[in-house]
Amino acid sequence: MQPVLRVHSKTVVIPSSNIDTDQIIPARFLTTTTKEGLGRQLFADWRYRPDGTPIADFVLNRPEARGAQVLVAGRNFGCGSSREHAPWALLDFGFRAVISTEIADIFRGNSMKNGLLPIVVDDATSRWLLEHPGAEIDIDLETCRLTLPTGAVVAFPLEAFARHCLLNGIDELGYLQSRLSDTERYEAARAW
Amino acid sequence: MRTLFDKVWAEHEVVAETADTPAVLYVDLHLIHEVTSPQAFSTLKRLGLPVRRPDRTLATMDHSTPTSSEQVFGNVPIKVDDAARQVRQLEQNAAQFGVELFGMRDARRGIVHVISPELGTTQPGMTIVCGDSHTSTHGAFGALAFGIGTTEVGHVFATQTLLQRKPKTFAVNVEGRLRPGVTAKDLILAVIGKIGVSGGTGHVLEYRGAAIRALSMDERMTVCNMSIEAGARAGMIAPDDTTFAYLKNKPRAPTGEDWDKAVTRWRTFVTDPGAVFDVAVEIDASAIEPMITYGTNPGMVLPIGASIPDNAGDEVFDKAMGYMGFHGGDAMLGKRVDVVFIGSCTNGRLDDLKAAAHILKGRKVAPGVRLLIVPGSQEIKRQAEAAGYADIFKAAGADWRESGCSMCLGMNGDTVDAGQYSISTSNRNFEGRQGVGARTLLVSPFTAAASAVHGRITDPRGML
Repeated sequence: MQPVLRVHSKTVVIPSSNIDTDQIIPARFLTTTTKEGLGRQLFADWRYRPDGTPIADFVLNRPEARGAQVLVAGRNFGCGSSREHAPWALLDFGFRAVISTEIADIFRGNSMKNGLLPIVVDDATSRWLLEHPGAEIDIDLETCRLTLPTGAVVAFPLEAFARHCLLNGIDELGYLQSRLSDTERYEAARAW
Repeated sequence: MRTLFDKVWAEHEVVAETADTPAVLYVDLHLIHEVTSPQAFSTLKRLGLPVRRPDRTLATMDHSTPTSSEQVFGNVPIKVDDAARQVRQLEQNAAQFGVELFGMRDARRGIVHVISPELGTTQPGMTIVCGDSHTSTHGAFGALAFGIGTTEVGHVFATQTLLQRKPKTFAVNVEGRLRPGVTAKDLILAVIGKIGVSGGTGHVLEYRGAAIRALSMDERMTVCNMSIEAGARAGMIAPDDTTFAYLKNKPRAPTGEDWDKAVTRWRTFVTDPGAVFDVAVEIDASAIEPMITYGTNPGMVLPIGASIPDNAGDEVFDKAMGYMGFHGGDAMLGKRVDVVFIGSCTNGRLDDLKAAAHILKGRKVAPGVRLLIVPGSQEIKRQAEAAGYADIFKAAGADWRESGCSMCLGMNGDTVDAGQYSISTSNRNFEGRQGVGARTLLVSPFTAAASAVHGRITDPRGML
């Protein structure tokens, strides 16, 4: 995995709360056996009509969304299924970070393992971001600070080890493999 | 003084967590299926790694598999091309990595969360993971069971461990007793209605109290299954004599002296008196009515006799009402029904089919309504046929299928058309979940069957 140090980008806003992984990528696209190319199907049922033509006024189809790397959404983003296809699709589309007041557990874990930053902010910051689509913001992973164009600086939490892995481009599997001698000892010691 | 969760967690900590690193948690049982495993097997191939513990890994196919007998057992090819490819890939991967697979024509195949309990591989005190959020189902046995992503499926393949931060604990105390016609499905929908779709985020739920103790294992699985719909990755119920009676003589449960030793150990997996939970909520089971969802997440739920609250102006509410074609103030009873689906890892077990048969016996599905009944496993299909339920379903005009996830998520071509109302015993009423533009209302098997008969949303209590 490539190290992730900082994301500097304009935002795209989808204000809905409880955006579930069936919206991020509908189940009918999960028949793939690879991770690639899922950006085309990101938010498919919000982006396209049943005949496949784009819905022009949906935010991801608008010209101002082009090149945006940060998605700002309402609370409880990524709830529902465990499909890792959700962060794969967001990344393939070009997003590098998602910002909400609350991000569902499984989606959050899946995101960090793929280099998509799940950023949880307070209500006031979220409200400002939701009300200012296209704002140029800066996310600094080393300091865990988000800077708004107003100059306001907001700290965000990120699990320490996942952050370490992102900053250094380390795969968590390598760490688990380095603890295999502990795992072997554990297995040998188990009485049941 | 520790909770059930604390005990199971502590027994599986290979390395304890620190401020800098999460715990390394041992996985006793890894369940896999065709949809979330291919990319994890690809990782193993790329790194030249084996599946470290194939003896702790079980595979089946359920999500994208057909439910028509001709496509499962006949010579008719699987209708969805990509699904056929996924099925073949799992067959190849299981063979290459030495993983036991309950394949397409295996008599033990079924929904992954239905077959593991049936086999007796799901046991109290275990850690169980699967690349599927409804892995929480297995918590009904006092196991710590949760869904993981595909990267983590790869971690478990390679190391039999996962990196995990210890979640917080959340007691759901359900006292009193469910009234006739009110089911475990109504209970869990009432819980989600109370704590909300993110109320359990970061927590493991433990369902406790007299109402929970009175539930069968099939019913307990329904409750734990939908923990994720409240945002909780896992939900648990302490094992008791009901649990042990269910597991006794299951094909892979311990036998003889091992059984006695296992039960003695399993009895320790209970929350100690006085143990403290981070959060607790109290629910009175006797006040729960048959429940039905009216919106596009499982927290938008009501007693079936109630009217939709008028929350016009609320963004989530307005969007949901637009999608569903409903309005604030509408009564739920009497609304139109196009499709009824009875099945899924939530309500596809024998108790559920028995409830549906109870309502459908001697009755007919209303003209113009499609009733699809999909057993959770081939074993349940056989049991339902032996008990006469399948004959009741067919006589009522239902479509009785081979097992699988089917119309719960519509991956296999079993879908609901745009604009149609689907009364479903599944777990998610998200937009498009059962097909593009499909409108899903989540209910119990009683309510689903009753609504199929009348072609309108119906309170089942008048039909028991």
